[in-house]
Amino acid sequence: MATSTTFLDTNELVLNMGPQHPSTHGVLRVILKLDGEKVMGADCVIGYLHRGVEKIAENRTYQQFAPYVDRMDYVAAVSNGLGYCLAVETLGGIEVPERAQCVRVILTELNRIASHLLWLGTHALDIGAMTPVFYCFREREEVLKIFEKYCGARLTTHAFRIGGLQYETYDTFEKDCHAFCDWFEKKVVEYEELLTTNRIWVGRTKGVGILDAEACKAYGVTGPVLRAAGVEWDLRKAQPYCGYEKYDFDIPTCAGGDTYDRYIVRMQEFHQSVRIIRQAVDSLPEGPIKGRVSKVFKPPVGEAYASIEAPKGELGYYVVSDGSTQPFRLRVRPPSFVNLQALDEMCRGCLVADVVAIIGTIDIVLGEVDR
Amino acid sequence: MEEILDNPYLQPIIATLLIIAVFPLVAGYMVLAERKVLADLQVRLGPMRVGPYGFLQPLADAFKLMLKEDIIPAASDKWIFWGAPVLSTFTALTAFSVMPFSDKFYVADVNIGILFILAMSSLGILGLILGGWSSNSKYSLLGALRSAAQMVSYEVPLGFTTVTALMVAETLSMQGIVQSQLDKGVWIAFSNYGLMLVPAVVFFIAAVAETNRAPFDLPEAESEIVAGFHTEYSGFRWALFFLAEYASIFVICGIAVTVFFGGWLRPFANVGFLETPLNVVFPILLFVVIGAGCALGAARVTLAYEKAIMGVLALGMFLVAGLFAIPMINELIIGFFWFLFKVLIFIYVFIWVRGTFPRFRYDQLMQVGWKYLIPISMGGLIVNGIVLLFTS
Repeated sequence: MATSTTFLDTNELVLNMGPQHPSTHGVLRVILKLDGEKVMGADCVIGYLHRGVEKIAENRTYQQFAPYVDRMDYVAAVSNGLGYCLAVETLGGIEVPERAQCVRVILTELNRIASHLLWLGTHALDIGAMTPVFYCFREREEVLKIFEKYCGARLTTHAFRIGGLQYETYDTFEKDCHAFCDWFEKKVVEYEELLTTNRIWVGRTKGVGILDAEACKAYGVTGPVLRAAGVEWDLRKAQPYCGYEKYDFDIPTCAGGDTYDRYIVRMQEFHQSVRIIRQAVDSLPEGPIKGRVSKVFKPPVGEAYASIEAPKGELGYYVVSDGSTQPFRLRVRPPSFVNLQALDEMCRGCLVADVVAIIGTIDIVLGEVDR
Repeated sequence: MEEILDNPYLQPIIATLLIIAVFPLVAGYMVLAERKVLADLQVRLGPMRVGPYGFLQPLADAFKLMLKEDIIPAASDKWIFWGAPVLSTFTALTAFSVMPFSDKFYVADVNIGILFILAMSSLGILGLILGGWSSNSKYSLLGALRSAAQMVSYEVPLGFTTVTALMVAETLSMQGIVQSQLDKGVWIAFSNYGLMLVPAVVFFIAAVAETNRAPFDLPEAESEIVAGFHTEYSGFRWALFFLAEYASIFVICGIAVTVFFGGWLRPFANVGFLETPLNVVFPILLFVVIGAGCALGAARVTLAYEKAIMGVLALGMFLVAGLFAIPMINELIIGFFWFLFKVLIFIYVFIWVRGTFPRFRYDQLMQVGWKYLIPISMGGLIVNGIVLLFTS
């Protein structure tokens, strides 16, 4: 009784946002403590989409579990698959052929563009600009078409296999990628014209939800949120995988760590992804697409951790093997889950309208948060 | 019979009945137009399923809303919850009574016309506040508080700019305002050496805010507070709020057109040689083009009933075009045509703005209102007043 009276102070309003709310991006529930429209604190309640993915892994063989990871961050399924495959390959000491690595880079970067497009559209929608979302979906459609032609699926692609790829690229793959890059670069400029200098947009995002570098490190926040705070940390450069060291690209950073900076960082990443795709398509080597993996795959007893720079931040997979066909334990380090922790700190002192902007700018996918 | 025809109340009653009967339909088609225009801006098609090109969508929507279960939340204040949408709709529709649709068609021409409209639109806020309060829901309450603050703030610049225009027009009667523009030979927005354009623009911005439209749609900001003051409303009560919203959009555009842009006057109303091209050729051409568009649509749809609807629409448009060719009828309806034409342009801009801009935040909204619009509108009032003093 005593706790409830202090929590429900006479001046403060407790507002329950979600799990059914148009802009909590799924089934996130945020309990807001409001003083008028000012947010005094935010408490996240998660788990509405919990499916026990990590536990399922213990009952599936390594190959069987691969499609499950696509269902975590379903807007960046390819990245999820890549992280899992890398972890298992490290565990089993499997060599992945050059060509497979190159195709992986192309598809993952395309997926980064698709994921960022979905972020941009919904973020703009949260802030009240209702048009960009349709433009973003138009462009995202082209990426999904490439996925569909490559592996038959659009969203939960299961594009990669342990040891390399299942499918050879289709005939016009290179041409499609180039065509998309040329077309998309022009479109990004259009978005920037629509939003970057728009006074209302700048007013809504500048100085909102500031998270500085120290706080980012304290919370373990990664990805564009960290880079917007001025930390030049990108796993593609810091600990290259899949041959990212061969490609020439920059890590976009900003200094302010506010919502506007995170927007700028992600917009720059569109350009960098296009750069990487172009280089990778041009240098696509010939050769096999899958390394030697036995049908009954039994990695040696041990453990491995592999992490990649997913669109939302560091995506890590920790796999423990007991020498059988199934993982003994699998643990995912999802960027959305870790980044979401910072919501309370970012929200304090903001207005209700900023909360939706901040949820949008963290770029969470609840499938990944709850797993 | 003679007695009935001579009755001074006859025309107002007919006009009132026409407005009440037709306006819900007009509001429905305004929604359809909004959805279509937005769809056009957003590289999609908009409603296409009900009827040819979605033309019957408003009817389907209205039908659905009337059939919905009537829900009054158990925790709500029932009588106020019941009365709020009625109040909103009542005030919004009442404002039509002094709207000068043309020199011939209006309900009443009272000598305080513009004051009456402003009073009615202020009272309309009460409906939103009561609705939000009586719902007993936090989202509704937040929405109601926002709308109260917003509408009260934006009524000030709206009032100041209207007063500026009234100084030029020298009358409060809606018909009188249009008449004065005809006498002066220039629309008020362009009078006073173009100085009146400032109040006209401020009026437009304040009007967007006053009707709770994007980018000032905070009271019903979908991504923040779900649906704002009407979160708990459903079915026909919700439809009434919707009707009120679109009625007030129409009314505020009507005021803008009347007070600043010449009401039912054609462009360049005093330039004689433009009489035929603007009053006869332009409407005929417009309706022929629309009719041709409908005919083209009829050729493209496949279902028989859709073909029939599009065909009838095309014929109707050609018929209207024909009406404008008859001098006697032309004289009757041309004022109405220009009034509607201008109002529709304004409504199009409303929709265009909605599709383009992100939403303001609550504090920014207040800043725009109090720090920019009110000082500018007051400055406009003073400067225009001084100029008027020295030129008259």
